[in-house]
Amino acid sequence: MNIVVCVKQVPDTLEVGVDKETNTLIREGVDSVINPFDLCAIEEALCLKEQYGGMVTVLSMGPPQAVDTLRQGLSLGAERAILLSDISFAGADTLATSYTLAKAVKRIGCFDLIICGKQAVDGDTAHVGPSLAEKLGIPHISCVIKIHEVTDEYMVAGRMTEDGIEKVRLSLPGLITVSKEINEPRFPSLKWKINAARSEIEIWSANDIGADESKIGLKGSPTRVVKMTTPKHRRAGQLLEGSVEEQVTKLVSMLRQAEIL
Amino acid sequence: MGIRLIAEKCSGCKLCVKACPFGAITVTNKLAGIDIAKCNFCGACVDACKKFNAIEIIREVVPTVDKSKYKGVWVFAEQKEGRVANVTFELLGQGRELANKLAEPLCALLLGSQIAKAARDLIYFGADKVYLAESDQLDVFVEDAFTEVITGLIKEHKPNIVLFGATALGRSLAPRIASRLETGLTADCTSLKIDPETKDLLQTRPAFGGNLMATIVCPNHRPQMASVRPKVFKPIHRDELRMGRIIKYDYKHHILTQRTQLLAVVKEAAKTIGIAEAEIVVAGGLGLGDAENFEIIEKLAQAIGAAVGASRGAVEAGWLSSIHQVGQTGKTVRPQLYIACGISGAVQHLVGMQSSDIIVAINKDPKAPIFNVADYCVVGDVLEVVPALTREIEKIQDAEQTELIVSESELESQLALSG
Repeated sequence: MNIVVCVKQVPDTLEVGVDKETNTLIREGVDSVINPFDLCAIEEALCLKEQYGGMVTVLSMGPPQAVDTLRQGLSLGAERAILLSDISFAGADTLATSYTLAKAVKRIGCFDLIICGKQAVDGDTAHVGPSLAEKLGIPHISCVIKIHEVTDEYMVAGRMTEDGIEKVRLSLPGLITVSKEINEPRFPSLKWKINAARSEIEIWSANDIGADESKIGLKGSPTRVVKMTTPKHRRAGQLLEGSVEEQVTKLVSMLRQAEIL
Repeated sequence: MGIRLIAEKCSGCKLCVKACPFGAITVTNKLAGIDIAKCNFCGACVDACKKFNAIEIIREVVPTVDKSKYKGVWVFAEQKEGRVANVTFELLGQGRELANKLAEPLCALLLGSQIAKAARDLIYFGADKVYLAESDQLDVFVEDAFTEVITGLIKEHKPNIVLFGATALGRSLAPRIASRLETGLTADCTSLKIDPETKDLLQTRPAFGGNLMATIVCPNHRPQMASVRPKVFKPIHRDELRMGRIIKYDYKHHILTQRTQLLAVVKEAAKTIGIAEAEIVVAGGLGLGDAENFEIIEKLAQAIGAAVGASRGAVEAGWLSSIHQVGQTGKTVRPQLYIACGISGAVQHLVGMQSSDIIVAINKDPKAPIFNVADYCVVGDVLEVVPALTREIEKIQDAEQTELIVSESELESQLALSG
């Protein structure tokens, strides 16, 4: 089973603060990490490879320093790593990103399954997986939390919805996006770490994948950010005073006055 | 296309450095330099440099569709077994406002099998027209078939705006449709407005883990597509006198493939669902210390009939499953009462709960950001305050129970007397 895993390098957003005076992000010391959902995508691909054979390729689009993310993929056990890096890819929204990834997947050629994290923690859109599947003309399942069965023609996977878990059959080749519940990512092994250090990461440009320049980067992006603002907080609340018992009594009586309790 | 610094105009004042949300600008030797790899072309620096006009964004003229041909605000009506999802009514509420501003019709898209009855409901909640596609093949949601039918409808009728609920289904379907139509899609919008000048849809959503709000437009492509989470907007009042048209869509010229197939649904146990729908949510965070202490949250929730929520930290620590998670990566909730226990209030959490009617925050740290959005602030140890709150509520409930019994027995004795 040949699998392509799409990964993204993201800022460690948990650590990001906002400068109250200038309304901008405090970015000093913010590390870049692999999107945590993508780590689960790699893990799932490796498990499938171990069970059914085949090869795992990690694919990313980003600035040159995103090779770190791909090297991490190699150190976990992926055989091949490709970085799509070109100045003309800059400013891509989710449509332009999925077009670019689709062109790269077509160049890779033979694959049975594409796995993406369900969303990237910096953008949180969850668009790229389904959009990429559409660009490749293959079916997809979003938000997979378990793979039940895999055959040559199809796979059965569980996806999380508001009503519970839906068991869905997906014909292959196909694409799934995975949620964190699906597995516990492994740590890099020494053998693969050595392998990763020795492996070369292929860098592909817009030219290499034969991309139509009107469909990539800022130019290929229908959406555009026009404004950034700091979210407003709604109010300063009332501080309850006194001992724990007094605070609690006050609170309950106020909630009862508001007819909530 | 790109961004350009006009060196002779640059004074090296660093205002652009502060304005750039992406950290893409550095000033060396009194001259700004822009790292294109980090730049998102948002234009914040251009605004900041109004005094010197030293930065410009060059946008090539992109062939624009004839926008006048695209009319109408559409809402995809999500339904399961004939029951329309609440988020659809909420979208119709906001869609009504947008349609009125644009003086264009509000339409709902309803796909399924034997669902004509639901179509009337969509009209009662604000739709002027309902496009109805009924077929056994559309009985359960299948990405392929739904994408085919909806893109068919969009190509035929050319709507200006199409809105989706950001549910599991909507999040799977909308990107496929936008991708096939080669148009823009904005996820998880928290505000949708019409630009008074351009008439474009201004789509605002949290960015950078909710630390900033980004306003996004789709100026040269149509339709403009956006998804909105449940509980962000409010439905309008249901009015059975409202009139509208139901238009049956002949999908038969489409070939409906089914490369995915729903085999079974395993419903979650009642205890674990419903934070999005609950009237009261009691949520716990890392301040609880460990998984076992979450029991006090569950006890309080039980006492007041609330659903149990959790912060990202608590979910990532493995104390609770992610379906309980409130916030940007979890669910958006809008209950009457939200009690945050031991949650510091990272922005990504706040964006998921700050539109609750009343917020109570309990936290040890008086400087915790959660207090900025709370109505009632209790500074104290959650492990003391929460059980005390549960006891107080149970005490009052007991008292009311006794009162009720007393009044009933009084009534009985009165009856006995009169009898």
